[in-house]
Amino acid sequence: MEILMAVLAGILFTTGIYNLLQKQLLRIIIGTGLISHGAHLFILTMGELKRGAPPILTEGVEGYTDPLPQALILTSIVISFGVTSLLLVLAYRAAQVNGTDNMEQLRGNDYE
Amino acid sequence: MIWAVFLPFILAVFIPFFDKWRQRIHTGFIVTVAPILIFIYFARFIGTNFEPITRSYSWIPSLDINLVFHLDGLSLLFVLLISGIGALVAFYSIYYLDKSEQLGHFYVYFLLFMGSMLGVVLSDNVFVLYSFWEFTSLSSFLLIGFWNFKKESRYGALKSMLITVFGGLSLLGALVFMTILTDTTSIQEMISQHQLILNSEYFPIILTLLLLGAFTKSAQFPFHIWLPDAMEAPTPVSAYLHSATMVKAGIYLIARYSPMMSSNDWFFIIVSSVGIVTLCWGSYMAVRQTDLKGILAFSTISQLGMIMSMLGFGTKVAVFAAVFHILNHATFKGSLFMVAGIVDHETGTRDIRKLGGLMTFLPITATLALFGTFSMAGVPLPFLNGFYSKELFFDATLHLDEIANMGLVGFVKATLPYLAVFGSIFTFVYSMYFFFGTFRGKAHLDSLPKKPHEAPIGMLISPIVLVLGVIVIGLFPNMVNEPFIAHAASAIKGMEVEKHVSFWHGPLYPPLIMSITVLVFGTVLYLARKQWAPAYRFIPGVLSMNKVYDGAVDRLETYSTSITKGYMNGSLGRYVRLVLSAILIVTFAFMAVTGGFTMDFSNLAPLSLPEILVAITMVIAAVATILTNNRITAILILGVVGYGLSMLFVLFRAPDLALTQLIIETVTVALFLLVFYHLPKLRKKEEATSTRVLNLIISIGFGALMTMIAISSHSSKWFDSISSYFLEKSHSLGGGDNVVNVILVDFRGLDTLFEIVVLGIAAMAIYGLIKLPGKKEDN
Repeated sequence: MEILMAVLAGILFTTGIYNLLQKQLLRIIIGTGLISHGAHLFILTMGELKRGAPPILTEGVEGYTDPLPQALILTSIVISFGVTSLLLVLAYRAAQVNGTDNMEQLRGNDYE
Repeated sequence: MIWAVFLPFILAVFIPFFDKWRQRIHTGFIVTVAPILIFIYFARFIGTNFEPITRSYSWIPSLDINLVFHLDGLSLLFVLLISGIGALVAFYSIYYLDKSEQLGHFYVYFLLFMGSMLGVVLSDNVFVLYSFWEFTSLSSFLLIGFWNFKKESRYGALKSMLITVFGGLSLLGALVFMTILTDTTSIQEMISQHQLILNSEYFPIILTLLLLGAFTKSAQFPFHIWLPDAMEAPTPVSAYLHSATMVKAGIYLIARYSPMMSSNDWFFIIVSSVGIVTLCWGSYMAVRQTDLKGILAFSTISQLGMIMSMLGFGTKVAVFAAVFHILNHATFKGSLFMVAGIVDHETGTRDIRKLGGLMTFLPITATLALFGTFSMAGVPLPFLNGFYSKELFFDATLHLDEIANMGLVGFVKATLPYLAVFGSIFTFVYSMYFFFGTFRGKAHLDSLPKKPHEAPIGMLISPIVLVLGVIVIGLFPNMVNEPFIAHAASAIKGMEVEKHVSFWHGPLYPPLIMSITVLVFGTVLYLARKQWAPAYRFIPGVLSMNKVYDGAVDRLETYSTSITKGYMNGSLGRYVRLVLSAILIVTFAFMAVTGGFTMDFSNLAPLSLPEILVAITMVIAAVATILTNNRITAILILGVVGYGLSMLFVLFRAPDLALTQLIIETVTVALFLLVFYHLPKLRKKEEATSTRVLNLIISIGFGALMTMIAISSHSSKWFDSISSYFLEKSHSLGGGDNVVNVILVDFRGLDTLFEIVVLGIAAMAIYGLIKLPGKKEDN
């Protein structure tokens, strides 16, 4: 199972990076979304999967799943939400002001 | 003692506040207080029964870097010079700098320099010394560029910075070598273990690096070229940094390390010959200058060369003379710089071709200049301190008894007296030229920008004090010797050095004959200088270190610009590609070298159908984001990936994650759908095939890397997990049963707080981006 999840995380990274390398802002944002999904899965795989009960202390239960990756991921989900929404609005604004969302056209040419 | 070193720094912090009242009181008055206090504090150590003292204060004990201040005779000499001349220069600057100048900046730099210079000469820890050393270069840079609206100032500042920092880095190299060899960071301990360094196979490198540091700082040939350009600084700065103190830091360094090095033949050969060549070259070039400060700059170079060469000799007489001359040079050269400043201030020019006949207009200044120049020239008069040290110098070149007569050493030794006389002849010529060119001859009043008149009394006080120093030391040389100079010389030599200086040794005393030779030939050459001036067309002619420097800096700029332009072309996609490729190469190489990739399938959770199905769905969706050209499709299938992930969270027993992920994913998709309408449609791929293949390679490589890291980290358990701690303590310490929640809000509560802050900032930015009206572009 861990191997499968590692491969899945890798594929999410691959598609995310490929999107990130495109020129259109929307694709880049989708890329960052995929990368953060991949990263969450990646962190989860670090602990042991599917062993023990959910980490909510209950009478009579001995083994629990590793709570630490979950805590890290929870933080990360919220932060990546913030990043994604900021990027989206930034793209919206950039497209409004400049009339394009193509990164190659958005680059400044002053210093070349 | 630490307060004495840090007083200037502390005062520098408060200068901006004082600067507000500059209309009522010139900032310089406040600044002058600091060096006076420091001078008084250290002056009490002068005396015949002086013993070195050490004070240490912990700073970074784990690296053996501590603020250790060691005050011995050598440090005392420099400390008193720094504070004494510092006080005079600060006072002089009050009248030199108008209130309309940026006084705040000037005095902050000035105090920074003073503090760091004190640090250099008092530090016993090599790394503390190095830090202060670079600080002096930095403050010198700032002071030379003080009038930064002038192109020459900026050029001079950059030049001095490049050359002295280059030397500083060499010095650091030498210090690191010595620290490793002796396993100590203290200079005194290094000296006591000098055999370890002298016998090391790295000694040639250490010597070269150390000397590079000292020679660049003290403007020795061929690194002297920065000093004349540094004259763009305000004159008080030139008098202080570029004559009396900072340029002597290199001298100080050589002196400090000479107990360790002076027994080495190469030390003698290099230091003596570089010093004596600098002496000759500097004084030869000084005669050619037309700018008063230019003459003084080359003169400083030449005098520094003289001191340097005496340190190279390493004999008792030479070391004593070197220390004596450090003091004497500071007095007469400091006063001459101030004289040059006064002339500039009162006539509006420093061009000696326009000056002349100022004796009648500036009688006091002229008198001061007379004493300064004649002392510098070494004219045999019993009230000029310059003569004593010059005569001791001649004496030293004749009595190199401790030096062998063989080989290269013998050759250098034999030529020294001749070169000393040769250099001194030109010293005499430029000294006369400085005085007579400015103050005698016919006045050309109409060619001067201002009508000359005597300087205000405040401006004259400082040079008068220095000239009094010249005369008093000249009349009673032995008064400063025993309580003061002898201690410094002993610190350098490592043994008792005492010398009774007297004016008259009889008519056939060889150094006196050398002095008279200088006097005679100097007078002849001065009178006939128009006739031999064409010599400059052959030496240096077209050969010039300045051209080498300018060429090197030009090349560097051109090449670095073209390299930077090569990879920084403004395309963000390209930067991301470069960064990712670098990560890939470095990480894969590291994995391959260390064998970091491990696979261990023994401890796996069993596969089951639901997870496999979810995983397959996610893969298809993720790949589809790339293939689709429809905006809504792309957004929705990104949502599919997110919901798939929350399914996995459910299956992997992470209820909180699953809930959060579901909510966030829903909100995100909604947000995407709100915004996408305003974004242009997705287009077909428009890149060249090669770029697409490259993108594909990078992304697949990165995915593979992450998979490999995930598998390795699962397979190798090097450290015990800290998770059990949270499971155990969650209830007792956090008072909650949901361990994930307790970690977030209790154990790592501060993290969560900052997370909320980040979200708050993002929310404000989003609000601003949507609501604020767009500005018209300026251009």
